[in-house]
Amino acid sequence: MSDTVAHGAHPPGFAHQFEDMTQQREAGNLGMWVFLVTEILFFGGMFTSYIIFRTLHFASFEAGSHLLKVQFGATNTVVLIVSSLTMALAIRAAQTGKRKGQIIFWLILTMFLGALFLGLKLRYEWYADYVEGIVPGISWNSGAHAPGVELFMCFYFFMTGLHAIHMVIGLGILTVLVIMAARDKFSSRYYAPLEISGLYWHFVDIVWIFLFPLLYLIGGRYQ
Amino acid sequence: MSEHSEHDGPVGHVVPISTYLLVFLALIVGTALTTWIAYIDLGRWNTPVALTIAVVKMTLVVLFFMHVKYATGLTRIVILAGFFWLAIMVTLASSDELTRNWEIVPQGWNMIVPFASRLF
Amino acid sequence: MSMAIADLHEAPADSSVNYLNATYGIRSWLLTKDHKRIGLLYLATTTLMFFVGGGAAVLMRLHLIEPQGALFEPETYNKLFSTHGIIMVFFFMVPSIPATLGNFLIPLMIGARDVAFPKLNLLSWYVFVTGCIFALYATLSGGVDTGWTFYPPYSSSFSHTHVVAVALGVFIAGFSSILTGLNFIVTIHKMRAPGMRWFRLPLFIWAMYATSLIFVLGTPVIAITLFLLGLERILHVGIFDPAVGGDPLLFQHLFWFYSHPAVYIMILPGMGVVSELITAFSRKKIFGYSFVAFSSLSIAVISFVVWGHHMFVTGQSVYAGLVFSALSFLVAIPSAVKVFNWTATLYKGSISYEAPMLYALGFVGLFTIGGLTGLFLAALATDVHLNGTYFIVAHFHYVMVGGAVMAYLGGMHFWWPKITGRLYPDYWARFAAFMIFVGFNLTFFPQFVLGYLGMPRRYAVYPAEFQVLNVMSSAGASILGVGYLIPLIYLTWSMRYGPPAGPNPWGAKGLEWTTSSPPPTENFKEIPIVTEDAYNYPTPEVPRV
Repeated sequence: MSDTVAHGAHPPGFAHQFEDMTQQREAGNLGMWVFLVTEILFFGGMFTSYIIFRTLHFASFEAGSHLLKVQFGATNTVVLIVSSLTMALAIRAAQTGKRKGQIIFWLILTMFLGALFLGLKLRYEWYADYVEGIVPGISWNSGAHAPGVELFMCFYFFMTGLHAIHMVIGLGILTVLVIMAARDKFSSRYYAPLEISGLYWHFVDIVWIFLFPLLYLIGGRYQ
Repeated sequence: MSEHSEHDGPVGHVVPISTYLLVFLALIVGTALTTWIAYIDLGRWNTPVALTIAVVKMTLVVLFFMHVKYATGLTRIVILAGFFWLAIMVTLASSDELTRNWEIVPQGWNMIVPFASRLF
Repeated sequence: MSMAIADLHEAPADSSVNYLNATYGIRSWLLTKDHKRIGLLYLATTTLMFFVGGGAAVLMRLHLIEPQGALFEPETYNKLFSTHGIIMVFFFMVPSIPATLGNFLIPLMIGARDVAFPKLNLLSWYVFVTGCIFALYATLSGGVDTGWTFYPPYSSSFSHTHVVAVALGVFIAGFSSILTGLNFIVTIHKMRAPGMRWFRLPLFIWAMYATSLIFVLGTPVIAITLFLLGLERILHVGIFDPAVGGDPLLFQHLFWFYSHPAVYIMILPGMGVVSELITAFSRKKIFGYSFVAFSSLSIAVISFVVWGHHMFVTGQSVYAGLVFSALSFLVAIPSAVKVFNWTATLYKGSISYEAPMLYALGFVGLFTIGGLTGLFLAALATDVHLNGTYFIVAHFHYVMVGGAVMAYLGGMHFWWPKITGRLYPDYWARFAAFMIFVGFNLTFFPQFVLGYLGMPRRYAVYPAEFQVLNVMSSAGASILGVGYLIPLIYLTWSMRYGPPAGPNPWGAKGLEWTTSSPPPTENFKEIPIVTEDAYNYPTPEVPRV
């Protein structure tokens, strides 16, 4: 336990209920990890259903998978991986006490990549799907596809939609971080908001790392 | 609650940039690999290979980008608990969905029944 | 409630500054980050929801006095039982002990100044209130008739009621549970006072830890499930839709993956409370501390692998039924460990029968009945006969009401002097406890018989030969209803007129009793240093033979 010295001079970002910054940082980290566990199970409900129906209706899922535009799926995977790297570098810039301009640079680059992901998805995938009539419940060309394909497309839209919602929330968090960085809130002693937001951003990346092969690459793309 | 509280220097582990770049390269290679392999007919092995690559990629992100390699055992237990509970959900839900069409007395049981009836 | 809280400020019992009189005004409550005040905000909200849900139950019991139904159209009756279930489960039982007593007590019991994330804590209350508003709006503007379980395809395609609004309410309230659970886990891990080792923690803390695990691991699944259900209702296509190859039973799997453990969200905190009460009023160390502690954790874990017993007669695979039945019996082991340890704690204790202890003893008896009848339902073959009957209704009310609500009231009476700094009239408290016990048994014991005789649940009418038992049940419900109103009256009265309680009116052990009543905003003048185990009651001086 720390002595009472910490109470005399509050370091920036210190909250009263903690004894010292180490305790605060550990609590924040643990809290974020526990939250990510809830996210694992939140997406897990969808993944469980996906696994079951993919097993039961494999042929339909394969047919549905071939309707997706794999080149955009792959491109977006790369975009997200780069954004994870830039996020990690933003945190590292704060850790090593770099100027705030550098932190903001990496954060804005991360935001740009996140927005690029969403833009590509919206313009070249969802919108194209809407035109082609493969959006269940909204624009569905029932003559062209078997019912099982519609089930697959439900999964595709629910899972990528949920992922996209998480991306949008992530962009919101990044905006807050940019403002905090501009106000000189971060230093090598205090960068917890960056760190735990980074965990969230990487988690959203990981979800996509699984969604890409599971949705786009079922049963092989060979004909 | 830890004993020490450092008052100078950065808190937490600083990962070298070279490590980040190596991980990044590995992730890009993994993405390329998984896309390329999807176009090769491996029979029933396409899915396991794709998932193995995904799990490796996830592990790299978790260990290095998310700093779990340098984290406490508690963090690791929390993560493992998440996946363990997901496994519970998948296993038990599948135990119904995937066995619903099984016949009531499977083939193999024909051999067991006369044997068991002799015991009682 | 805000009126009643405002009254508290006038005469602080300890004539010192405490968390109730430190700041004044409605803003100081609505923007508070103090875990104790947030606990009281939750208390006000869940109490309101309890009486809304209870009102629906009273109307149902009145309706069932006559075989043809005394009051309502069948459609209205369907809405009543749905409202009762949804409000009571998601908006009362789940947050009741954790969010009120848990919020109030966890930092006090572990020797911390607050929970780890006070702002998240306040946020969780606002999220909860938002969920409540959705649910109440849907109830008042026509209700919902799916039952609290929302099974599709009825809920997704056929019901003409406000399914989406209610599901959204439950979805939102779920996030409040997640935030609470997350906060508690981090608090218990990281905020313990020096010397407060894991095996010195009060058993209430172990129970709250186990409950928080379920909050965190189960609630996201109900969230995604209701999300999918809502989408399916809006889009008319989805993964529970058999027309496209989906499976309505999958909804039940995902729903019960949360909702079965949710039963333990309700009962585990109650078990924690009862462990505190029994040791305090037996003046004895708990028998088998580590067994009771670990039984909480193992209940939390096992609760996740038994959900299929809700689906034995749904067309679930017989193999899955077999597995779920076998696993369901496992829950009996840690539950029995607890009951035996409480009994052993009572043995040769110097027991006194104050009101909280009456509730605790009631809990042990009623929970035992509720738990043992659960074994009938875990057995595949018996369940086929009993599923969907009043036997089930009686079983889970013995656990939920006889167990969890009794423990909640017991805990509320035990810690009320700490919360308000005032004593309540003990005579009335004992009278109410007795009345609730009698009313409860008269309400629900006949339902065991009704169910065994084959009366199905959720019907607005029933054959005439069941009338006697139904009238008994309704009579019991009216006694129970009055029994719940009495504490509301004298506890509210005591906030203003009760005599000052002093720091430790029961002579109980535990850090929360070492600080003043009501505690100061920062909980302890100095963070305590813990040097002894929990429940370190002095051994009686006179040796007993």
